[in-house]
Amino acid sequence: MTLPTTASGHKGLQLEQGLIFEQDTPGMTAVDLPSLPTSKQRLGDMNRNGPIGLPGLSEPEVVRHYTRLSQKNYSIDSGFYPLGSCTMKHNPRLNEKMARLPGFAEIHPFQPVSTAQGAMELIDTCARWLTELTGMAAVAMSPAAGAHGEFCGLMCIHAAHDANGQSQRKVIIVPESAHGTNPATAALCGYTVESIPANAEGRVDIADLRAKLKEHGDTVAAVMITNPNTCGLFERECIEIADAVHAAGAYFYMDGANFNAIVGRLRIADLGVDAMHINLHKTFSTPHGGGGPGAGPTVLSAKLAPFAPVPMVVKAGEGYVSEEHAGYGTAKQALGRMKGYHGQFGVFVRALSYMMSMGVDGLKQASGDAVLNANYLMARLSAELTPAFAGPCMHECVFDDRFLKGTGVTTLDIAKALIDEGFHPPTMYFPLVVHGALLIEPTETESKQALDQFVTSLLSLARKAKEGRAAEFQAAPQLSPRRRLDETKAARRPILRWTPSATDGAKQAAE
Amino acid sequence: MSLRFTKDHEWIKVDGKIGTVGITQYAQAQLGDIVFVEVPAAGRALKAGGEAAVVESVKAASEVYTPVSGTVKEGNANLPDAPQTVNEDPQGAGWFFKVELSDPGELDGLMDQAAYDKYIAELSA
Amino acid sequence: MRYLPLSEANRRDMLAQIGVASVDELFRDLPKKALAAAQFDLPRTMSEIEVERALGVMAAKNMNCATSAAFLGCGNYRHHTPASADYLIQRGEFLTAYTPYQPEISQGTLQAIFEFQTQVALITGMEIANASMYDGATACAEAVAMACRVTKRSHALVSGRVHPHYHDVAKTQMKFLDVNVECLAPDPYGVEDLIGRVSPDLACVVVQTPGFFGQLSDYTALGEACHKAGVLLVACVTEPVSLGLVKSPGAMGADIVVGEGQSLAGPMTFGGPGVGLFATREKFLRQMPGRLCGETTDEDGRRGWVLTLSTREQHIRREKATSNICTNSGLIALAFSVHMTLLGEAGFTRLAELNHATACDLADKLEGVKGVKLLPSAFFNEFTLALPKPAAGVVEALAKKGVLGGVPVSRFYPTYPELANLLVVCATETNSAEDQVKLVKALNEVLS
Repeated sequence: MTLPTTASGHKGLQLEQGLIFEQDTPGMTAVDLPSLPTSKQRLGDMNRNGPIGLPGLSEPEVVRHYTRLSQKNYSIDSGFYPLGSCTMKHNPRLNEKMARLPGFAEIHPFQPVSTAQGAMELIDTCARWLTELTGMAAVAMSPAAGAHGEFCGLMCIHAAHDANGQSQRKVIIVPESAHGTNPATAALCGYTVESIPANAEGRVDIADLRAKLKEHGDTVAAVMITNPNTCGLFERECIEIADAVHAAGAYFYMDGANFNAIVGRLRIADLGVDAMHINLHKTFSTPHGGGGPGAGPTVLSAKLAPFAPVPMVVKAGEGYVSEEHAGYGTAKQALGRMKGYHGQFGVFVRALSYMMSMGVDGLKQASGDAVLNANYLMARLSAELTPAFAGPCMHECVFDDRFLKGTGVTTLDIAKALIDEGFHPPTMYFPLVVHGALLIEPTETESKQALDQFVTSLLSLARKAKEGRAAEFQAAPQLSPRRRLDETKAARRPILRWTPSATDGAKQAAE
Repeated sequence: MSLRFTKDHEWIKVDGKIGTVGITQYAQAQLGDIVFVEVPAAGRALKAGGEAAVVESVKAASEVYTPVSGTVKEGNANLPDAPQTVNEDPQGAGWFFKVELSDPGELDGLMDQAAYDKYIAELSA
Repeated sequence: MRYLPLSEANRRDMLAQIGVASVDELFRDLPKKALAAAQFDLPRTMSEIEVERALGVMAAKNMNCATSAAFLGCGNYRHHTPASADYLIQRGEFLTAYTPYQPEISQGTLQAIFEFQTQVALITGMEIANASMYDGATACAEAVAMACRVTKRSHALVSGRVHPHYHDVAKTQMKFLDVNVECLAPDPYGVEDLIGRVSPDLACVVVQTPGFFGQLSDYTALGEACHKAGVLLVACVTEPVSLGLVKSPGAMGADIVVGEGQSLAGPMTFGGPGVGLFATREKFLRQMPGRLCGETTDEDGRRGWVLTLSTREQHIRREKATSNICTNSGLIALAFSVHMTLLGEAGFTRLAELNHATACDLADKLEGVKGVKLLPSAFFNEFTLALPKPAAGVVEALAKKGVLGGVPVSRFYPTYPELANLLVVCATETNSAEDQVKLVKALNEVLS
């Protein structure tokens, strides 16, 4: 069967949609506003001269535009999204409803603190959940996302070393398998990065780490380790690692991107951790929103807690005060301010709504199911795929591309073929230490039936590859709103915005 | 004189005191479609093994290191607008920069064609 | 637990398939010592209705701006959000999608980003914009870092009319790099001389338009002075609605424009999450932080969009990346973009006019209150008042009368006693004539 071509370019329910700039009716607006109370102006000579160039659309056109765009997206609401390291779990709508309560949505960051005691209580309650779940002394709530939380943790470490007369400590030791944000964040603190390889088991080799610590002596500021690591494995020797790091006078930063695997089962304080960020948009179910926003509260040990950035909520008698200035009161040694206002408050509401819904018992069940689902996928997929490491894995499992050797099919091809099967592809080519990696994280919110459907598709693709049907893969995906896009063209001649001439060019190209 | 090579896959061809530097056929193939090139400005002082230029594909970014010390005479002005030249003719029109050598003795530490061929054969094995 | 689909029977089947007896066995790599020590003093699972009750009680303890007369600005603004905007961003295909790394099945998010980038570039008067930063303050810090990369200099000068949180965040972010972020003293009276301080050792001068204290200033001459010295002009915009009426930073010669998009994106939500706007000139493209979406074609020659130029970013460039940012503020950027699309040129201009007219109306009324002096001669929708007594106490007294009457400058500058009587007041299209009368009456009572 070949698909018919249509005059409209639409394919049934797959509806093409041009840019808003191509739907302009000059003077049109979808927003009616009341009349002006006065015609006076006090702008000085600062009036804008000339039009901006924004298109005019009516409300029905705008609603249709974004509805059609939304239909070109894959999402966790519509299907299985096994992106390793990203924790794409169900996003409960209760969270959205709670964040939209007028008492949370319609409050201003600078209204008197006496009139925002409920907001203070919410932040404090969310903070208490996070410190209790981690066993840590304090939490800096303001970091906006995971990378921002890493930055917070490393800055606290820098400030602590400075306060202890250890400013010569400028080296961060990071495993090769780390997320790219780790070395990027270290650089923002003026640190240099030394990497250590993973051993054949996919874990940090403690002998290598000890050697590195010895080599760099009293210049090591911290060791950053993701745990469970990016190979989906728990660093068994975590406590020994922490002891070695502390013996060297350095701090132990744990990247909390994978906290979902262990939440409610152990407290990272009991592993000897000094700082860890928590991605509320992963572990605590707040939506990814096509790229953000997230929140990256950073839990800190007692040694680092005094350096936490402002603002912080402080209990005072029956109520709360907001400590907003570094250098004063409880924020005497605070390293400064990392973000405007009080942090990602709306994300805190959603995360707290989730934590309260789950309860400590539900969270333990969730990490158990997340790990069970990942191990189940690993067991079943191993029928055709080649796992990179021996199990059990934690919340995600990683396969290498040995099973594709000699087939002419690549990891990328498998991923694109999965799109035609109706699944979002797993994370590919990460971690870098695994050749042709496929990193699969199912999360706890997938049913066994959903996992089985995915297994059926992926196993059939693996068999197809082994049968020498490489050509079919190179054409994939064929059923998605767009087929493979030319990224080389996009990068060589970047078109990053609409301009009238660029559109004319596109129209000509289409004709 | 003939070509000399580094372990980082740069080549250099010397004519009198001036060396022309680029990346090898092997390097361009590993990078894939090259989308961006940054070449050094004339007059910049380079130290052997130091960063001299940048080359990027869609998914990878890499430094180009100078095989020899010296002063940049000229960056290849065509590359920023036509980075695909590096894919098409890496050891010809896709050269990156010309450098006036300050220590021709440094060339002795580089590989000749036979040694480089052997080196990449080992990498691919 | 309502969010967990596995049944006990499922779990047993799956364990058998894996070949282990219990889930605990899967956790055998976790240190026994730590497992044994784990104790959590936290509540157990709650039903939906119980969570709603508990959080409802907390929310009710806050005085909210929707049901009181509120005149609060200083970087966070209450505007009306069209009903369709909040509906559209809650469509699950937008709300619950990840970063669009698989372009074939993310064209919706990508096209929306492309439109957002264009809208931001248009209203700021710049050539290009990125897909968003966390918020305005962190975007400002990123602009300072970028200016240092572009100029290869390490000294930034920040005007005393820039939002103090933007100062503070830039300073904190550069704390451990060899960058001197020099912040000038707060300047509510508009007396600082920036042009006289421009020198060839500066990477950038950072200004804000409209200023933190409300005043409008033309920075065209400053921009010219900067460019003569090879210095970049960075302009912050905390109230993008102003750009519907006021000269854009691009028209003043700014090299980088950063801003907070919350005011057009949705509710204030106690200040977060917002959306950082980041726009610049095309020649600085390679030094930009953050994600970028670009146009291309697919294998069938159809137009489409991809994330591009990602070699600048941390997942490829690692320690040499232009920033460590990964997650940004995608959904809030979408909300901003949807609202801008609903407004269009006519609606955006009209909204800005209405804000300004409301603020002029309120300024007229407040100037009639005994002892109150209006500071800025030209403003958009907020302005600073000098009161006859400390503003912090006045604001508390107004709150007791059901009015959120402004933000005392002392909240930001507690160590400047000379600023204690200053109050920043904002008026938007959400402030009715009745609200204004209520504020004027309450202020008269509190000050008498």
